[in-house]
This record gives sequence, C-alpha cells and structure tokens, in this order.
Amino acid sequence: MILIAERINGMFKDVKQAIQEKNRKVIQDLANKQTDAGASYLDVNVGTAAADQEGTMQWLVETIQSAKGGCSTPLSLDSQKPNVIAAGLKVINAENGVLLNSTPLNKKTDEEILDKYIEMANQAGPKACIIALTMDKNGVPQDTDTRVAIAADIVTKAMEKGFDAQRLFIDPIVLPLKVPNAQVQPGNILAAMDQIRFLSDPPPHITVGLSNISQGAAERSLINRVFLAMAMSHGLDSAIADVLDEDLMNVVAASDMLMNKQIYSDSFLKVYKTVNK
Amino acid sequence: MPVPEVADSFTGQINQITLGAAKAEGGSRTKTVTVGGAKNVVYGGSFDDAGEKPVIAMDVLDSKPHDWPGALAEQYKNVFDSPGDWAKKCVQEFGAELICLKFDGIHPDRQNRDAAHAVKVTEQVLRAVGVPLVLWGCGNDEKDNAVMPKVSGAAKGEKCLLGTIKQDNYKSLTAIALADGHFLIAEAPLDINIAKQINILASDMGFPLGRIVMFQATGALGYGVEYAYSIQERQRLAALTGDKMMAMPVICDVGYESWRAKEAKLADAPGWGPAENRGPMWEAATAVCLLQAGVDIIRMRHPKAVETVRKFISEIWS
Repeated sequence: MILIAERINGMFKDVKQAIQEKNRKVIQDLANKQTDAGASYLDVNVGTAAADQEGTMQWLVETIQSAKGGCSTPLSLDSQKPNVIAAGLKVINAENGVLLNSTPLNKKTDEEILDKYIEMANQAGPKACIIALTMDKNGVPQDTDTRVAIAADIVTKAMEKGFDAQRLFIDPIVLPLKVPNAQVQPGNILAAMDQIRFLSDPPPHITVGLSNISQGAAERSLINRVFLAMAMSHGLDSAIADVLDEDLMNVVAASDMLMNKQIYSDSFLKVYKTVNK
Repeated sequence: MPVPEVADSFTGQINQITLGAAKAEGGSRTKTVTVGGAKNVVYGGSFDDAGEKPVIAMDVLDSKPHDWPGALAEQYKNVFDSPGDWAKKCVQEFGAELICLKFDGIHPDRQNRDAAHAVKVTEQVLRAVGVPLVLWGCGNDEKDNAVMPKVSGAAKGEKCLLGTIKQDNYKSLTAIALADGHFLIAEAPLDINIAKQINILASDMGFPLGRIVMFQATGALGYGVEYAYSIQERQRLAALTGDKMMAMPVICDVGYESWRAKEAKLADAPGWGPAENRGPMWEAATAVCLLQAGVDIIRMRHPKAVETVRKFISEIWS
C-alpha cells in the first residue's frame, strides 16, 4: 500500500501557524513522525496560510528535506496550480521520486492541464508520478460511468504521451458521506475502482483522499478505516491518509495480509511499517 | 507480428552477503564466499539479474558418524576421526566452497560430547582449511545453547554462518552471533510464516537483517521436496516483490535429507541399480530441483553428487 501522509497541509492549524511563523521544527517533526509511521510519500500542501503559495511551497520542501537526519521520504506536491507545483520542483530532490498531486483531465480555464503535469513529471525524472482526478471541465462526476470514462481518457492521454501507466495514480474522488444524498457515493466509487483497475496492463495505481469521506461526520477514524479496507478489496493500492492513526495503519496491514500481499507472521502489525517502505 | 515483451521485472533484491573474514578483516580465511544479490527468479530476466552463483557447503561431522550408508561412508572412512583432514579432503579433492561443520556428536542422544570437544574441532577445522565455515548445532536446544556460544567464540571474527535459531529458541545464539561478528541461520519447519517471524524476532534483538540466512527444513526427492520447493519459491517471490523481512539468502540441507531416503541408502536392492550411483543421484536430483526454486547455499555430502550439481550450477549461471 502506497501511503501518502496528509498532515503537512496548511489547512491544519498547527501547520498554518508554523508556515506563518516560519517555524521549521513543527514541519520537520511532522515529516519525521510520518516517515517513522510508515509513510511512502509526505504530502505537502500550502493551504491558505500564505499569499505567496510558490514561495511557501519552496520553503516547505526545503524545510522537510533539511530535517534532522535528512528526511529522504519522497514528497507529494499538493496543488491544483501548475505554477505552485513547478516552484516546488525547482528545489526538490526527486531522486527517490515525487508525486504531482493533482490534476483533473481538463478544466474550463485550462484544457491542457493534464499535459502540463505530464510534462513537469517527465522533467522531474523517471520516478516522478502524477495523481489525476476523475474530474473534467464539467466538474466532479457523481456516477460510476462518468468516473470510469474520465479515467479512461486520462490513461489514454498518458499512453499517447508515452507516460507509463504505473506512474499514474487515478483518484476517483471521495466525497463527504455526510452531505444530502451522498450516501450512494461510496458504492459508486467502489464500482468505478472495479473498472479502473482494468484500464491498462499493468494498471494505473488507484488512490483516494481518504479522510474526505468522514468530513464533518462522527466516528471519523472508524469510517475512514472501514472504507479503506473495503476500497483495498476493490483495487485501491494507495491513499492520502493519516498515517499517524495507528488503528488505520493496522487495518492496512491486516488488509494486505488478507489479500495475500504480505506473507503472514505473528508480528505482522509491528513489522508492516518497515516492510511497507 | 512482434513478440510481446513478457519478462517479469521485480522491485526487490535478495541480500548479498560475504561469508568468511580474511586477515585484513580480522579473520584467518584465505577465501571468502559471496552469495545472494538475485533480482529475478532463476532463469528469469537478464543475466545481470541472476546474482551470485549458488555455492556448495560440504558436510564435515565433529564425531565419526555411525549411521552413514556404505556408499557414502566409503568416501570418508579414512578421515572420519579427524574433522580437520575431513574438511581438507572436501576442499582440496572435491572443491567445497564452504565447509559445514555439523555438531551431531554433541547431541545427548548420540555421543553427548562437551563444549571443549566442540571448540577443539572448530579450531582444527579452522586451521585445516581456508574456506569460510558454517557452524551448525545438533538440534537439541538445551545442548546447542550450552555449546554453540563456545564454538562461536572459538571462531570469533571469522564471519562464519552460525545456526540454527528457531522461533522458540533464538536469544542465546542471536546474542552471541552479534557479539562475535557471525551470520545467522534462521530455521523454520517448512513454514513460511514462521520463517518471517523468526527474522523479525532476531531483528528485534538488534541483529542486522543483512546477516541472516533462511533455512527451511529441507525435504528430499520423494520425501517432500515439492513442499520445500514451493516454500522456497514463495519466499523468493516475496523477497523479489519487496518484502525486506524475506530478502535473505537461503540455505538448504540436501545431503542429510537425501541420504535418509531408502532409495539412496538401501544397499541390497538389486532392482534399483547399484547403490554407489543411487545415493549420489538422489542427492543431485534433490539439489538441482531446489536450485531452481531459488537457493543460495546447498549442504551436500557425496562427491559425485557435488560434481554433478556444480556442473549444473556453472551451466545455468553462465
């Protein structure tokens, strides 16, 4: 399971404050803690903390990379704006990989946005990957078929550009459960995953912003981890998630075991974090 | 129509280890042996992915064996009482890359020899040959815990392969191997889950994963080789797909297991062909089978079988 750790995000109060005060320690502690917890990538999102998004992205990347012991966990540069991603890429060490997070198929204001992300990923090196949302200029689809159709367009476009499907993470977009009429969405997303994993061979990765599902709901952690287990059985092999939630990590470890992706051992929970990297 | 590229590629790699310490490294070995490093299954991928050639460790017993079949005993009867000469014979005459010194004689149900004896034999063999040693206890936990730490100490700094640790008896040997700079054999009873667990247990004690070699109780041809094969293969695939707790090189005990088979040891069986060929064939067939599942060190006994297997190895790893 490829886990993208979600905590370095300007939407969280502590991170927002750290960005405003240029407090490197808060960011570096989060980087190290999430790495120790088993993160495959560290998501980096400037949120709404600063007006200068490009500069803030660069400050975050440099701060994380200079963490004690030299944090070498690859980063996931999280922005819908190509210029913010590009700014991050300028200062990043992408040797271990980097994830460009994320782009829709296209936008009303920018038909070619996916091409731009592919171009940036290619320039960042052979290990650079992209998260592409099943979303286009008409917005976020509510049904299964449109999600799959957009995913197919994304895969096709990547192939045309010679961009390996294994460098592509398709995100079928998880919506909050606690919104009127949204309870059909989890089922639609799972059905979409069933089809997305057959779009190419080898298939693209499938990822979700997991915590979205429980936005505003009670028992958030429980909802997150049950949905995670369900989605993993439908082909989900990555998630942007709270890796510091130990119960959640235990569900990942147990699900991997149940799907025969890890060989069972009595210490499987303990060892998962090291084996996963 | 072009032929599609179907070769599998893997993200993981078998750990590469070098047994034996030369003088410069604080030991007295004149040769070292490197195994592991495979990035693909046997015969899979390009030659660069094949890793190091598997090696043969020939068995030398600390005490004269009383139950070896005639066809096997014949080869060593002049050196049975001198493990040093026995080891020298295996290296000089039969080209053994490693010597596996097996302490059967310390077992309470056999000669019940003491630690002083085991240490003396270890020193003799270290003096007699320059190849790296495998130091293998008798299988009785209590006796091994009492004797093997002394054996380990006698070979301190030689980077031997010491064993075996098991799920319910690993602490003494792990601690001493760590202190004396040896490698460890982690034993599992044909059980892949326990194999992983024992690696984790040793690692929890601070023993580096890169100094562990895995051992699954081997089954000979006709006596469970298919179980051993499928487990070795699954271990190898897990390692190649990135499971670091399974990325250790593997040792198997072909000599002992093959010569337990009645087809190998029965002297009086006219319908089965001459006994002097049957045993070596049984041993070689078992070894060749397991080699294809992905093993790195094979313990063997009969020189004819060793010759056959070495030829096979040089043909597929070249």
